[in-house]
Amino acid sequence: MNPNGKDAPAASDSSAPPRRNSKKPKYSRFTQQELPACKPILTPGWVISTFVLVGIVFIPIGLSSLFASQRVVEIVDRYDSTCIPQHYVENALAFIQSSETNKTCTRNLVVPKHMKSPVYIYYELDNFYQNHRRYVKSREDKQLRSKKYEHVIKNCDPEATTSNGSVIVPCGLIAWSLFNDTYGFSVNNKAVEVNKKNIAWKSDRDSKFGSDVYPKNFQSKGLIGGAKLDPSKPLNEQEDLIVWMRTAALPTFRKLYGKIEVDLEVNQKVKVVIQNNYNTYSFGGKKKLVLSTTSWIGGKNDFLGIAYLTVGGLCLFLAIRLKAFKEFVSLINYNCFGGRAISIIIILIACAIYSLWAIHPSCHGTEIQLDI
Amino acid sequence: MMKRYVYINDNELSGDLYCDNRISNRKYTILNFLPKNLWEQFSRFMNQYFLLIACLQLWSLITPVNPASTWGPLIFIFAVSATKEAWDDYNRYLSDKQANEKEVWVVKQGIKKHIKAQDIHVGNIVWLRENDEVPCDLVVLGTSDPQGICYIETAALDGETDLKTRFIPSACMGLDPELLHKIKGVIECPGPDKDIRRFDANMRLFPPFIDNDLCPLTINNTLLQSCYLRNTEWACGVAVYTGNETKLGMSRGIPEPKLTAMDAMVDKLTGAIFLFQIVVVLVLGISGNVWKDSEARKLWYVQYPYESPWYELLVIPLRFELLCSIMIPISIKVSLDLVKSLYAKFIDWDDEMYDFETNTPPHATNTAISEDLGQVEYILTDKTGTLTENKMIFRRCCINGVFYGNDSGDALKDVELLNAVMGNNPDVIRFLTVMAICNTVVPMRSKTGGITYKAQSQDEDALVHAAADLHMVFVNKNANILEVNFNASILKYEILDTLEFTSERKRMSVVVRDFQDGKILLLTKGADEAVFPYACSGRQIRTFVEAVEQYSQLGLRTLCLAWRELKEDEYYEWSSMFKEANSTLVDREWRLAEVCQRLEHDLEILGVTAIEDRLQDGVPETIETLRKAGINFWMLTGDKQNTAIQIALLCNFISPEPKGQLLLINGKTQDEVARSLERVLLTMRITTAEPKDVAFVIDGWALEIVLKHYRKAFTELAILSRTAICCRVTPSQKAQLVELLKSCDYRTLAIGDGGNDVRMIQQADIGVGISGREGMQAARAADYSIGKFRFLKRLILVHGRYSYNRTAFLSQYSFYKSLLLCFIQIFFSFISGIAGTSLFNSVSLMAYNVFYTSIPVLVSMLDKDLSEKTVMQNPQILFYCQAGRLLNPSTFAGWFGRSLFHALVVFVISINVYAYEKSEMEEVAMVALSGCIWLQAFVVTIETNSFTILQHLAIWGNLVGFYIINCLVSAIPASGMYTIMFRLCKQSSYWMSMFLIVVVGMGPVLALKYFRYTYRPSAINKLQQAERLGRPIVTLGTVDPYPRPTDKEVASLSITQPRNRTSVYEPLLSDSPTATRRSLGSAATPFDLFQSTSRLSSSYSRNCKNN
Repeated sequence: MNPNGKDAPAASDSSAPPRRNSKKPKYSRFTQQELPACKPILTPGWVISTFVLVGIVFIPIGLSSLFASQRVVEIVDRYDSTCIPQHYVENALAFIQSSETNKTCTRNLVVPKHMKSPVYIYYELDNFYQNHRRYVKSREDKQLRSKKYEHVIKNCDPEATTSNGSVIVPCGLIAWSLFNDTYGFSVNNKAVEVNKKNIAWKSDRDSKFGSDVYPKNFQSKGLIGGAKLDPSKPLNEQEDLIVWMRTAALPTFRKLYGKIEVDLEVNQKVKVVIQNNYNTYSFGGKKKLVLSTTSWIGGKNDFLGIAYLTVGGLCLFLAIRLKAFKEFVSLINYNCFGGRAISIIIILIACAIYSLWAIHPSCHGTEIQLDI
Repeated sequence: MMKRYVYINDNELSGDLYCDNRISNRKYTILNFLPKNLWEQFSRFMNQYFLLIACLQLWSLITPVNPASTWGPLIFIFAVSATKEAWDDYNRYLSDKQANEKEVWVVKQGIKKHIKAQDIHVGNIVWLRENDEVPCDLVVLGTSDPQGICYIETAALDGETDLKTRFIPSACMGLDPELLHKIKGVIECPGPDKDIRRFDANMRLFPPFIDNDLCPLTINNTLLQSCYLRNTEWACGVAVYTGNETKLGMSRGIPEPKLTAMDAMVDKLTGAIFLFQIVVVLVLGISGNVWKDSEARKLWYVQYPYESPWYELLVIPLRFELLCSIMIPISIKVSLDLVKSLYAKFIDWDDEMYDFETNTPPHATNTAISEDLGQVEYILTDKTGTLTENKMIFRRCCINGVFYGNDSGDALKDVELLNAVMGNNPDVIRFLTVMAICNTVVPMRSKTGGITYKAQSQDEDALVHAAADLHMVFVNKNANILEVNFNASILKYEILDTLEFTSERKRMSVVVRDFQDGKILLLTKGADEAVFPYACSGRQIRTFVEAVEQYSQLGLRTLCLAWRELKEDEYYEWSSMFKEANSTLVDREWRLAEVCQRLEHDLEILGVTAIEDRLQDGVPETIETLRKAGINFWMLTGDKQNTAIQIALLCNFISPEPKGQLLLINGKTQDEVARSLERVLLTMRITTAEPKDVAFVIDGWALEIVLKHYRKAFTELAILSRTAICCRVTPSQKAQLVELLKSCDYRTLAIGDGGNDVRMIQQADIGVGISGREGMQAARAADYSIGKFRFLKRLILVHGRYSYNRTAFLSQYSFYKSLLLCFIQIFFSFISGIAGTSLFNSVSLMAYNVFYTSIPVLVSMLDKDLSEKTVMQNPQILFYCQAGRLLNPSTFAGWFGRSLFHALVVFVISINVYAYEKSEMEEVAMVALSGCIWLQAFVVTIETNSFTILQHLAIWGNLVGFYIINCLVSAIPASGMYTIMFRLCKQSSYWMSMFLIVVVGMGPVLALKYFRYTYRPSAINKLQQAERLGRPIVTLGTVDPYPRPTDKEVASLSITQPRNRTSVYEPLLSDSPTATRRSLGSAATPFDLFQSTSRLSSSYSRNCKNN
């Protein structure tokens, strides 16, 4: 194309003697922007095979994870409303805040399927904002880690010191609001032992919570938040606290309470004695007790399986019905005024939102399997 | 006003009163660098914004993250900018140092000494030799010329390339060089100022030199800093202003930094994002406060106090302001600066723009405006030296009515002329004599015996050489005696007077005494209109007028030669007047011109010379390609109309009949010009509908009237017309035209080679200088300098276009990635009680912008959407850049939508997969962050057109780097992320989420891109397909929705033509040599109307906007 650019050097090279101080830029592929490059373009074959491949990979994965999730046996029991005596229903807050009321509550659960040990016991809180900014910041990792930082309470307001100014260990709102409902399990009137060891992350026990840090002045202020801690046990053995202090990102969350290390048989009746101490009534939060087995994918969560199946199916559909899509696109092309890209994105977003919310676990009836 | 007294040659009295001659262009000193630089950086809005954000973050109540996440990048960015400034300043220091340490001869204690330029003090006597640069402002005291004249070139000062004459003050007249060493005196002059046209001072020499006479000094007695001494063996002068107090130093200013259209667009988008941010902050802040009062008070575990400080209402909005502050990417400026300097480097490195002939590589002086090259809409070009080689060759002549050289095209080979010379034809000999000696050329005999000529003007050089070829050899100039060797006999002439060339007079004459017969002759040469009116009335000059006409239609430069015999007494009478005029102090030039005219009359026209200024290689092709690319060309030249039109025809500037049409705006009075302009405008409005090349032609005189009185109409004309030829324009008019086009919001590029183009080059959005024969002034003032005009094609189509495309991607991508993270934060705030919790920790936030996302996108500066060859073959594709198709609010909306969609995908998948017992904050945050990183790697991949090894390394290496960095951070027990990454990597659900995020996020993007690519491809896509699959490019023609109206063309022609024929219509030569070439050249044009319609509509809308 550029005969001048190319011919001129050759011509003058032959005519003019080679210059010693030539200012000709040094040639290299980088400086001339001539690095070898692969230039893929979107050919139909390429695009279709990508979609087919994705579909083929996604559907088996989706199926297997859905299967795994379905194999998890889960018992969910909401007890916050039922564990209030009849005459307190109108005044649940007074019930929970009073120190005189009997907070013991008994629930009977039926095991729907065989539950292989270990069976994990979770408590589920709902509408509880552990991720609220005021709450999530109110802790002091240094103080938790080592005795020598006992006085570091920088972030712990408003639960940093007692009214007389002495330091609270562990300080902060998170520790202060530690969950304090307790569960006792018995099957066929025989108590089942709940293993509360190793329910927290090992890394937390080893390096985040010190073995030389003992609770001090905890829950000694006028307002009692949640559970009290045994002042004779170092923090790294207070596993309920460690679990609680791993704050949840969502307002609905489950935290591990303990493990039952025996199998539960089908139709076995599990009697749970609950000490309903924790106040969720003031903000209308639910409390649930969850017994669950586990699988390679974790607990019962159909989201991945369904999402994989949907996406894989869509990809296959897309790949197979490209022609139909062509008409769809041309339809949009002619109906829209320039904003076709945006409109397609909006449609896809809408599809995505719809499909994702439709399969959100909370919309399904998995909540209460058994309610006696 | 401050006065300064300069004691000549007296160190004691002048002493240290004034600064020495140390030049300093430095902006900073070591001490003031930090405060001054910081102050400058903080005067930009973006930086103020970031500083405000960073300061707000110091308030721990509202900061969502560690302040380091903003302070870190901010300090880094400031450090980078400061380093760049420091480096530039250091380079300025180096060049100052070079100037300061230049050795000059200065008289110290009566002895000439070699000292450094910086040690010159006021009052020192400085000696200069020929071609020396004047180191400071001097008052001339002596020169080698007995008449006390010296010549200087002032191009570096005012851009005028003609030599200027300077005189020694009358008081110093006739002083011996030896005496000049000892001269003493005092000069009383005003304090330093920047007026280079005024120097009102007087001088008094001390005894024993002259009595106590006060001698007035003017600017004509000065040698100003940065001028060059020319054609004078030596000169000496006393320093009056030194260092930064010289006229040049006082007028030196740092030029306004040029802002590209793209920068402006990025700024606009930033502003839009800022507004969006404010809206988000207000909405979230208000709803956060409402939620707090209605819901959060019930959350006993949050312990909201019931009594709150006065600023309580502000806390949540400010928290959101900080959370959303990442919307405006702090890294964008650094990234852009970085890639821009690489674009400039690519230009510097470009092999194909290297000019072998002159050994000049291309150079980008301004590293910040490469994208603008891709958006050029108007090119304003100089003619001489830019389109042409500025290498004058004598081609034809007409002597006494006989045309020579018409057949062969070279008069030097015309046998008839050679015979006439041999036959001592008196007319021819007189003609040759004028050619040989009516000039200011100095012959130099080299050691080998050959003669070289030193000429200030290329035309004179050509004439003298041609005369020599015709055996009239100008061999020697000894003082006032000229020797000419004609046919082996030496003819001697004595120069009595030289009537200099000025641009007003447009002619020059010499008065010589012929030694052979003792006659006094007046020899004149000049432009036709400056010579013919003074021809003796009886003579027939018709053939000469025809010759001039004919030659200029061939694009040749014409000069008329004439002579007259003077009577002795007539001459002596005139000579005394001339001497008197020569020594006047007021209006000398005007007086001289008047006196000269008294002699230059009743001339006998000898003939007309025609000099060819050859077009540079590749000029027509370049102009044709660029015009196809939709760029409009305006030619601004000082040459005469016919020559300009012919050159324009030759280089495809305008098309010959019938395709092209020229409209002439002329007239001497305001009324005539107005009528002419009106007619042209009318014609132009009608013809814009036709696919016709319509150009208007205007000359300097009419232009002046038009710009003064009819600016609005002319602006409309400028918008309508794709081509214009402006002839006889001055440098300031050139700049005015650039200004006019700029005011219509067009991107202008000015290209020129001479000092007279400097103003236009500086005025234009992009200035390109051709480092050519007329020196380097233009190249130095320009943003880009190239060796030849033809490289402009590559500069615009390759470098400009790539730069535009790359920056368009880079800037929008920067916003995309920032918005992506920001949207996730906003979504998260809805599930965290609208309290302004940050999902991500400080480390991640900081590293996201600085490391994870900046490296892959930086390699996009290697991306090429089309190969250089394809672009060159299809210059129309530049339209996408010119029209800003790749970066505008709607493409930005696309990226905005994409980031919203991706944020939604990442957020929904993360919180659903990591729900219930897995919903641990750090884990969810890391899943979301990884999702963003994966997505952005694929976004870069899908938006990259060509992958080199570097791109693969950056994109995938970055992804690996992300995991390495996070694993390292996860290994630190003290960090909040301790063990998180290890835990996640072991979970199958983590990898499944990543996979899902990528497919859900990229699937629609890929599908959309594919559908668009296949069913609604842009011209770029079509060319890509053609290029990579080897399909014919012709398919592109279908892009044009409007068929070419071939029948209409004929019909409308008949309407417009009669009207035009009257006076506006300018018939063009149809037998011009280009006619054939043109038809050959335009054979393969796949899509002619590719853009004309849309361009026009866009220009109309712009016009409306402006008026």
